[in-house]
Amino acid sequence: MTSQPPFIRISSVSRVFNGGNGVHDLSLDIPRGSFVVLLGPSGCGKSTTLRLIAGLEIADHGTIEIDGKDVTSAPPSKRSLSMVFQSYALFPHLSVAENIVFGLKVRKTKKDEIKTRLADALRVTGLEGYEDRKPAQLSGGQRQRVALARAIVAGHPLCLMDEPLSNLDAKLRHAVRKDIRDLQQRLGITVVYVTHDQTEAMSMADIVILMKDGRIEQIGNPADLYLKPATAFAAGFVGSPPMTLIPANALPTSVIPDGFDANNLTFGIRPEDLILSTGQNDHPWGIPATVTGSEFLGAETFLFVAIPGTDGATARLPGRVEISPGTEVSLSWVGAAAHWFDGEHGHRLTPTVPGTSAQDTKITSQPDTATSTL
Amino acid sequence: MNEMARLQKRRLALYGWMLAAPALALMSLFAFYPAIATFWHSLFSRGTSRRPSVFTGFENYGDLFADPTFWTVATNNLIYAGVTIPVSIIFALVMALWANAHIPARSFVRSAYFTPTILPMIAAANLWLFFYTPDLGVIDQITGFFGASPTNWLGQPETALASVIIVTIWKEAGFFMIFYLAALQTIPPDLREAARIEGAGRWTYTRRVLLPLLMPTTIFVFVNAMINSVKLIDHLFILTKGGPNNASKLILYWIWEMAFAYFDSPHAAAMTILVLLALGLVAVAQFRLVEKRTHYR
Repeated sequence: MTSQPPFIRISSVSRVFNGGNGVHDLSLDIPRGSFVVLLGPSGCGKSTTLRLIAGLEIADHGTIEIDGKDVTSAPPSKRSLSMVFQSYALFPHLSVAENIVFGLKVRKTKKDEIKTRLADALRVTGLEGYEDRKPAQLSGGQRQRVALARAIVAGHPLCLMDEPLSNLDAKLRHAVRKDIRDLQQRLGITVVYVTHDQTEAMSMADIVILMKDGRIEQIGNPADLYLKPATAFAAGFVGSPPMTLIPANALPTSVIPDGFDANNLTFGIRPEDLILSTGQNDHPWGIPATVTGSEFLGAETFLFVAIPGTDGATARLPGRVEISPGTEVSLSWVGAAAHWFDGEHGHRLTPTVPGTSAQDTKITSQPDTATSTL
Repeated sequence: MNEMARLQKRRLALYGWMLAAPALALMSLFAFYPAIATFWHSLFSRGTSRRPSVFTGFENYGDLFADPTFWTVATNNLIYAGVTIPVSIIFALVMALWANAHIPARSFVRSAYFTPTILPMIAAANLWLFFYTPDLGVIDQITGFFGASPTNWLGQPETALASVIIVTIWKEAGFFMIFYLAALQTIPPDLREAARIEGAGRWTYTRRVLLPLLMPTTIFVFVNAMINSVKLIDHLFILTKGGPNNASKLILYWIWEMAFAYFDSPHAAAMTILVLLALGLVAVAQFRLVEKRTHYR
């Protein structure tokens, strides 16, 4: 990514637990000063990866380097990093100030340096005036800030975060997300952040590492993940509501790109790329579907439709759209908006000569009627 | 105030009293009344068929203080408490830390530690009687193997109290371990990891995080150990009967002796009151001192 050597280099690391969970042969470079999000469903190995970097787990195989030093078997304290835990892991018997300077005291930092660093950390996290409170006397958001303050007070160049927002309510989560991102950029530290929430990943990350079953599914910036998902899993995991994935043999053969086998193919479409039309025959082709329900969210409306032979699809329409359940509609899309994945292995397939197949020309010439008529 | 609200309030108060009533009645009958009756009884002389008991004020208490046995027994009990309480707490904590670690055969270790607790004190004392038997007992067999001469552990004043103390620690440590074990399991493992990340070693973590978090348990165990140091005398009946020459006699055993061997119930009552008083004072001091420094979750 940059000409510099990577800040963290993980080379073919494995750590397998008794149940078979863990990470398998993971290799990964993290550039200095980046905000990297490890994303994936629970049990995908993202937390294990983080704990391997932290030194709380020791790799069975492979090596981990941080800042050019091999730390594969170094204890956490020798890796000059800090960590924010999902539960915050604040010491309940210590005050806010004592919690923050715990590590400094353990490392026998000088008294006046502790004092200035504490003051800095309190100011940066907006915790001034709460120094003497116990964690139990703080709100969830304040506790989270104490955990952050403890992580930044030592000035380590690397900060690991294990789902730090999952115990906050939705509104606070949004604000803290921005705070963490600002803090990371202001301090210029490298952050490795674990979450199962794709919204967090998309909004904060420089680089998203999507994991599944202990392996990396896709690495890329948020736009890459959204626009060009490497696998059907990535397509279904990123985006809210997720991409509609249906087996291609439920589609009319005319829409299948040349050279693809409809029996071993998955078709994917983002909800905002689905075009709905209610009028008959105003579209040269279309997939018949039945509206099953809708959700009005203010700026947009989600419509849920049932397509025979599939699990159904979701369409995202701007503004307020009222279609009663049971209405017959016809679905179509702009050719380039379609994603194709291998039906068996799930990897992305690219039509051999995109844009030249018969359906594509037909579709692109068609005016976008559905949204305007509804 | 609204009439309904006042009625509601009164009804709640009534419920409160109703809920407290059964416990209150039983406590009065079996704890408060006997305590007061004992105190009253201790103010009278011992009655015989020829001399009926008369009110003597605090004369019984004066007799006790004048009795050299009183001082021997009180000293014995202080030594007994002073050793059994801290040692059994430390053993319990160390055992709990070990039994809580990820070691092979963890449940076996736990149940092995807990076995002495399940054993009735009388049975345990009989077991130890065998251990302590001069020449034939396990202890003398072992020391004899290394060439030491047989020792009458329970039969000589120098070792009798120490032998009794060891039995008590053996019996109590496993019991207290269970409380520590339970408390250790409520401490989230995250704290350990956070401390490790911050560079704290095992010892720093134990001293700065674990022990403070175990403080409520320690207080509970401490109170229990203190009560037991006065209350637990079953093994004396089997092991030494307080002897030789009062060397292993504890207060409660002495009270029992006065009341049921010498039939001197007024002096026994007076001694009981003194014990109650001492325990009450210690309890107050304890809560005043320790409560402030303890973090309860």
